[in-house]
Amino acid sequence: MAEFLQFLFSGITVGAIYALVALGFSIIYNASHVINFAQGEFVMIGGMATVFVAAAGVPLPLAALAAIALAVAVGLAIERFGVRPARDASVVTLIIITIGASIFLRGMAGVLFDKNFHSLPAFSGERPLRIAGATLLPQSLWVLGTTLLVALLLWLFFGRTLTGKAIMASAHNRLAAQLVGIDTRHVLLLSFGLAGALGAIGGILIAPLAPTHFQVGVMLGLKGFAAAILGGLGSGPGAILGGLSIGIAEAMSAGYLSSAYKDAVAFVIILLVLFLRPSGLLGRAAIDRV
Amino acid sequence: MRANWRRPRTGGLLTLALAIALLPWFLPNAFFFDVAINVGLAAIVCVGLNLLIGYAGQISLGHAGFFGLGAYCSAILTQRYGWPPTLALLSGMLLVGVLAFAVARPILRLRGHYLAMATLGLGIIIAIVLNQETALTGGPDGMPVGRFAVFGLAIDGDWMWYWLVGGALLVTVWLALNLIESPIGRALRAVHGAEIAAATAGVDTTRYKVLVFVLSAVLASFAGSLFAHYTGFLTPDEATFFRSIEFVTMVVLGGMASVFGSVVGAAILTALPQFLTVFQDYEQVVFGLVLMLVMIFLPRGLVPSLLGYAARSG
Repeated sequence: MAEFLQFLFSGITVGAIYALVALGFSIIYNASHVINFAQGEFVMIGGMATVFVAAAGVPLPLAALAAIALAVAVGLAIERFGVRPARDASVVTLIIITIGASIFLRGMAGVLFDKNFHSLPAFSGERPLRIAGATLLPQSLWVLGTTLLVALLLWLFFGRTLTGKAIMASAHNRLAAQLVGIDTRHVLLLSFGLAGALGAIGGILIAPLAPTHFQVGVMLGLKGFAAAILGGLGSGPGAILGGLSIGIAEAMSAGYLSSAYKDAVAFVIILLVLFLRPSGLLGRAAIDRV
Repeated sequence: MRANWRRPRTGGLLTLALAIALLPWFLPNAFFFDVAINVGLAAIVCVGLNLLIGYAGQISLGHAGFFGLGAYCSAILTQRYGWPPTLALLSGMLLVGVLAFAVARPILRLRGHYLAMATLGLGIIIAIVLNQETALTGGPDGMPVGRFAVFGLAIDGDWMWYWLVGGALLVTVWLALNLIESPIGRALRAVHGAEIAAATAGVDTTRYKVLVFVLSAVLASFAGSLFAHYTGFLTPDEATFFRSIEFVTMVVLGGMASVFGSVVGAAILTALPQFLTVFQDYEQVVFGLVLMLVMIFLPRGLVPSLLGYAARSG
């Protein structure tokens, strides 16, 4: 039981990070029907930039804010200079543009930061809490708490504010949104910035638990994409559910089966789910207009 | 029927044959031979992949998985079990064909990003298996692969490899062009244009999509096997997500639904990193930037864009 609880804790912690990445995918997908393969790089930027700004003597909270600001700026730049000029291109072309952006960012990170592993100090101490025989690191609580807070804020933003509703409206029907006076270009820019912030927050939260590196974004991005698809692309609650499920399944299979295939778990799950339910757990079936 | 030299099946194929025959006489040293052979191998994968992406309109982000699986089949069967290389190559193609066929139906039911995810997942799972099954594959350290031989004739040296790969590429392009001009090709274009309309008109859309998926996977496996023997040393890097992306990028860069575009795309993207090494640390930065710029300014790909330009001005 203690063992199970232990695996559950680590699964939920990692799953929360996947959920943040998946939320970024979903927000951009909703606003533009683009899959932003550079999403994982936001996580990398969040972790790496915090490490380097903090190393320059800036207090940790300020360094974290600077890193988030940097990721937002990068997100805005990807939209403005990568995606917007190719608005009418095909899905494959847009996928390759964002992949080009991710390779570019990874290259820049390798040059501007370095190619070593780094980690951040835990936000509030390293002393683990004991719960029913299992241990829980305070940092895990930070991860969970922040993810919950972010999810709540997003829910309020999309449900209660005019800007949030405008984004939802353009996601449902771009033309109709334009007709009622929503500047859909603005919406796109905003969603890339938002996705950048979400990724960076994930990267900062996980850096004390798992070392960060200039290539850490690749796997995190792909698993976040898997989580977004698992929950149903474009669905907020789906992204969180997908992220947590993949995190928990990974931790359980690493604990009880074999850690060698831990990284494969997310993709095996996603293949099985897609075979059985092609539009994800919470997604709606796609209907073709003829 | 009178041969029309402007048609790709005649004129284009002849031009390619001529280019392949003439090129080696201008290659100054072994380094350029190596680049040319790698271009040929990548082009075989891309011509197949373009049938899937450009003609059937289905994306695959996992073809390096098939490439790697074919490569490791050859490596393992020849090194660990002493099979003759040709038999190992054919077994690899058979295995990949069966695997692709088994997953094709559920996978090709998916659309757009869901299809991208499924093929991506499949490729990554293959790469992880190749990394983890250390007893068979040597794991991340890789494994050596022996020489290739066709019916006892050992393929050795730059020239022999060049002719083997060049010949294989020519046959692949010829097959692809024939397929495109056959009723299957017409059906594929109908699927790409409007799948539901095609189905309504009596085209068995699933059958054709599965067919092309399997064909492109088998071609990737074939090229992978040759690659394994050619380089003589294999690591799981050949099956990674990044390699899959490279293949797709070659197809899109050269031009979707352009067989010769795939050859051009493979040539550029294989050669580019060789020459980008002068940028050293900035290699990835430049590569990513080139990728974005080409996709933004030439979204139709190089060959169709240039042909269109030539047609307008001529």
